[in-house]
Amino acid sequence: MVQYSATRLDASFAALSDATRRGVLEQLGRGDASITELADRFHMTLTGMKKHVGVLEQAGLVTTEKVGRVRTCRLGLRGFEEEVAWIEERHRIWSLRFDALDQVIEAMKRREKADGRTRE
Amino acid sequence: MGERVSDGRTTVERKSDCELVVTRVFDGPVRLVFDAWTKAELFQLWWAPKSSGVPMLACEMDARTGGGYSVTFGKDAGSAMTFYGKYLEVTPPSRLIWTNEESEQGAVTTVTFEEEEGDRTRLVLQELYPSKEALDESFVGMEDTMPEQFRQLDELLATQAANV
Repeated sequence: MVQYSATRLDASFAALSDATRRGVLEQLGRGDASITELADRFHMTLTGMKKHVGVLEQAGLVTTEKVGRVRTCRLGLRGFEEEVAWIEERHRIWSLRFDALDQVIEAMKRREKADGRTRE
Repeated sequence: MGERVSDGRTTVERKSDCELVVTRVFDGPVRLVFDAWTKAELFQLWWAPKSSGVPMLACEMDARTGGGYSVTFGKDAGSAMTFYGKYLEVTPPSRLIWTNEESEQGAVTTVTFEEEEGDRTRLVLQELYPSKEALDESFVGMEDTMPEQFRQLDELLATQAANV
């Protein structure tokens, strides 16, 4: 069974609560970027962007690597996949349930129609 | 926040730390859909579909404001687990609110049934958990309904693997 770490999920959900940080994740989904590039892209100061990246990094959603004077950010896929898996599992189960409910409703409708016909 | 998964039919969204919302439109009038949620003989036909692998063993519902319910899942009596609670509100055919009292971490579930054009029903189910942790670790039914049994099974399998 898949185990989700609660503290890990906490950090991830907090990280995802900010529109800029979601934007950064989306951007990194298209390719790695340096902090400077991200700051430019989101019209922020370097310090501001560093803080956002720090939050994402702590949540395990982003990893960074400093080569020379440039710090490159990339998606920390493991964390992100955990979020997606969490909600997708819930979606899978509700879909199964509701597909079964569709069939029950269909049967109820057929029955009602048949009963109506007998009464007429 | 704002994780959301939709396949165009069923939408599941984490609205906040403690709140999960599931939305779906059903092709049937509100009164029939409401019945399928409040009559035990109908409810047990769909809540634990066959593909889940964990059948519903028993289902009792007294769907009146203040009434109670209990639903038992399991492969056999030995592994059975019962979920139970009270109906805080039953307003046919538009609203249903129940508690989950089998654990301190149980949610309060609110289901609303809204009439849509063409004799269809828009259903919105909201689960409100007492804490963020409770939702993070909440069961989704099915295989997850029995973490204890699965832990035991995991242990058993680990022991067997070690013995081979």
